Amino acid sequence: MTRPNRITPLLLIGFLVAIGIGILLPQFYPDFVTYQLTLAMAWGIAMLGLNVLTGYNGQFSVGHSAFFAIGAYSAAIFIEHFGWSPYAAIAGAALCSFIFGFLFGLPALRLEGLYLALATFGLAVATPQLLKFGAFEHWTGGVQGIFVPKPAPLVEGLTPDQSLYYVALGITIVLMVITWCILHSRSGRAMMAIRDNPIAARTMGINMPLVKTTTFGISAMYAGIGGCLYTYASEFVSPDAFNFFIGVYILVGSVIGGIVSIPGAIVGGLFIVFMPHVAEGVSNTYPWVPPPWAVFGVFLILVIYFVPFGVWGAVERGLAWTKRRMAG
Amino acid sequence: MELFFQLTLAGLAIGSIYACVALAVVMIYQATDHFNFAQGEMAMFSTFIAFTFLTFGAPVWLAAVGAIAISFVAGLIIERVVIKPVENAPILNQIIVFIGMLMILNNMAGWIWEFTIKPFPSLFPSDWGVQSELIGPHHMGVIGLTLIVLFAIFLFFRFTRVGLAMRAAAANPDSARLVGVSVSWMLALGWGLAAGVGAIGGILVAPIVYLDPNMMSGVLLYAFAGALLGGVSSPFGAVMGGMIVGVLENWIGHPALSELLGFKMNELKLTFALMVIVIVLLFKPAGLFGRVVVKRV
Amino acid sequence: MRISTFLASAAAAVLMMGAANAQTVGVTDTSIKIGNTSPYSGPASSYGVIGKTHQAFWEAINAAGGLKMGDGKTRKIEFVSLDDGYSPPKTVEQVRKLVEQEEVAFTFNTLGTPTNSAIHKYMNAKKVPHLFLATGASKWGHPDQYPWTMGFQPTYDVEGAIYAQYALQQVKDPKIAILFQNDDYGKDYRDGFLKSLGDKADKLIVKMLPYEVTDPTVDAQVLEMAASGANVFFNVTIPKFAAQAIKKACEIGWQPLHLLNNVSSSVGATLKPAGLECSKSQGLITAQWLMDPTDPQWKDAAGFKEWSAWMDKNFPGNEKVDVNYVFGYNASTLLKHVLENCKDFSRPGIMGCVANIKDFELPMALPGIKVNTSPTDFYPVQQEQLSKFDGTKWVLFGQLYDASTK
Repeated sequence: MTRPNRITPLLLIGFLVAIGIGILLPQFYPDFVTYQLTLAMAWGIAMLGLNVLTGYNGQFSVGHSAFFAIGAYSAAIFIEHFGWSPYAAIAGAALCSFIFGFLFGLPALRLEGLYLALATFGLAVATPQLLKFGAFEHWTGGVQGIFVPKPAPLVEGLTPDQSLYYVALGITIVLMVITWCILHSRSGRAMMAIRDNPIAARTMGINMPLVKTTTFGISAMYAGIGGCLYTYASEFVSPDAFNFFIGVYILVGSVIGGIVSIPGAIVGGLFIVFMPHVAEGVSNTYPWVPPPWAVFGVFLILVIYFVPFGVWGAVERGLAWTKRRMAG
Repeated sequence: MELFFQLTLAGLAIGSIYACVALAVVMIYQATDHFNFAQGEMAMFSTFIAFTFLTFGAPVWLAAVGAIAISFVAGLIIERVVIKPVENAPILNQIIVFIGMLMILNNMAGWIWEFTIKPFPSLFPSDWGVQSELIGPHHMGVIGLTLIVLFAIFLFFRFTRVGLAMRAAAANPDSARLVGVSVSWMLALGWGLAAGVGAIGGILVAPIVYLDPNMMSGVLLYAFAGALLGGVSSPFGAVMGGMIVGVLENWIGHPALSELLGFKMNELKLTFALMVIVIVLLFKPAGLFGRVVVKRV
Repeated sequence: MRISTFLASAAAAVLMMGAANAQTVGVTDTSIKIGNTSPYSGPASSYGVIGKTHQAFWEAINAAGGLKMGDGKTRKIEFVSLDDGYSPPKTVEQVRKLVEQEEVAFTFNTLGTPTNSAIHKYMNAKKVPHLFLATGASKWGHPDQYPWTMGFQPTYDVEGAIYAQYALQQVKDPKIAILFQNDDYGKDYRDGFLKSLGDKADKLIVKMLPYEVTDPTVDAQVLEMAASGANVFFNVTIPKFAAQAIKKACEIGWQPLHLLNNVSSSVGATLKPAGLECSKSQGLITAQWLMDPTDPQWKDAAGFKEWSAWMDKNFPGNEKVDVNYVFGYNASTLLKHVLENCKDFSRPGIMGCVANIKDFELPMALPGIKVNTSPTDFYPVQQEQLSKFDGTKWVLFGQLYDASTK
């Protein structure tokens, strides 16, 4: 169960159908929903990064908001100060966040479990302060933040929201496929070996520091790309938007979707974007129901009780169960 | 120089608050291996319970004792009802449950008592203790009471049968079970005690930062830092860690440091404090006072 | 650049007139839909009260059969208020939901500087009225660039300047310490203050310390400011930290000229928690424009009676100490006044109405304060008066300061 999803014909068909639906969705929904789906994919990409790091490599992070912010800000700065095109800026943002993640992975090598969680937690908490810091104000815009115009449509006839949606969809698919390839490569097996038994991994000759820091870098890069798309959709970056709770949401989405999985990240993204609206709806409809975030808290706990391996974990188990039944 | 002493003492006072919450965090961690993210919100909720007693006219000490007692029972119940289902689940699932609890408690408190700040009286009369320009009576009381609580916890774990059973349950659940210790009730007891200690922390912090549902969010951060700095395996370490973080945070604001560094640290107080802690952890991964646990493979 | 924006807005204005007769989104003959975002959760949730006041205000009007508007039709008000948790990206999402999914006619009193900054361009690009924002930043009054956005309260930078002038006047050899929240709001106040000091600022300021909303206390900052020998203290903090600072200054016996920003001037929400004795001994000075609900001097004022009766009816059992109820009531009353007098309910028509308020008196504003707007003046409330705390209430002194005549 802790191995990456094997490609079965069923899964492949499912994946293609999902892509098909993904391509068609904006034709049936208004721009607002398209924009929400874009947000969900931005979150989902960041969660995918966390899945790689935590689910497959066993390193904890509650501070992915920091890399989310680095991606968002570096893209904004490339566009605002260097006049880059938003698409070039995505690549730039990915590179920046990879470097930051890789560098952060170095001290993280010495920290394990809880301590690593604290170090990332500290990073997440410090992020808004650093973004506001006077010395960087020229670049970051200080507390005011930076306005990032929505990229102009790539194809005529699409609204800016739809165009950004397709960009996000393309990136999501590519990153999912890349992740699958990495996990099925030698390096992927090394990552999982380190998670399952670090000492055995070392004796097998795996270069642990290199694998762990590179994984951190890749994970941060995903978070950065997510942050970048999130910013394009929101058209604005400001320090207080990247508080510690963003990191918590990424973690929550990962676990809810299924942290040891690839498609789970998308489920997590959808959960984080749409569940608060459901909670708000429930809470506002009945005056006796507590406020939305309390309702959301109850949802979280219930999901953990009933699908402890995350939504995708439950799907996989369901599929395996059906297969056994049919075979038997 | 006077400023230095004032900052140090104010740091010790706020540090004892961090220490109290850190102590509660460490107690749950010790008893159950959980790192409770909702500890701060539980403490806040307890303080609101004390506040409600006050509005009914109870004297402040009675309100505090009542709230601590209720928190103890509530802690037991939370463990039995909310935590039990994820007792053997992966650590991440437990963290999500804590985050859910955090959201529920914070928003329920706002719903019931509103978000405006409320004054909360000090447990210590204003003519209490040494009268000094450097430190107020409440701050003095906070430091004293924290040390007393720490000592009481030490005595409890060291010299009582229940304390021993709790330690056994945490250290080696299987053997403890064999000698007839009800491990799962020991876990619940750990939660109850931690909720009680947290309540003391909340009641001590409220007169300084004022009572509101977001009262503990800032405090919890520093408390976590303190707990990890001191070492999560040691209640004494947690208290020391909390105090050190409090003092450190205040010293960073000292003008002498800004002169030394050539720029003002004030804007980056928190960042700087966290950086120091992470650096300490790099060299002493178990914390300043923690024991290194050797794991068998 | 300037000219082209001007031409663009002029062209837009012409287009708007053409479209005026079409049915406006969110407006029917029997109803009008209004959107709002407020922080019902998160770090600024104490301001959620303002949104709740608006909801109660419009519910009460609907319960009484609706509002007879300037075009002769009586409409019910569908007031949709969503939580943004004071997080800018969340505000973008919620406001897009209001505009695109709920299809509101306009938004009203959306709260917060960073949050409104995030939707500023969007609202103007969509040409949806973005009215009476609940923030004192100065950037909401630029109809030449942002013809769809209008502020509400007196701006922070103007208030900062009032304090600076007062300090220069009162203290012979001023040594100034500033404590400010490290965000848009704190920096607006600080910059207004510094600008008004002019070239002398560098010499006069002996300490300038920021704090973060997530900090547990500002005790250390107060100690440091006191040790710097400052004799003027400009306190730019929200109620929680203002109360801490007042209490700490009082405890250590620091007695500067204490200038407290209006944001935290509420007797019930700040000074009582800080201790009334302390507040008195600090000789607090603030600039006010709202009536403080706990101030006994207003108890016979017509506006206070109206508000008090309304509160008893809609928030029974409420202690009526929170100034946010006053703020919300004033803002809603202003909108009611606009709707009652507006004849054209197209979106440009609504903008025309809000840009044409003449000498309207808010029920719970200080005597003499009048709301005035014009197509070039998008700052509705621009008057404030200094006052000093005497242990139970704020005592007004000096003249009503009017920023529009400056």
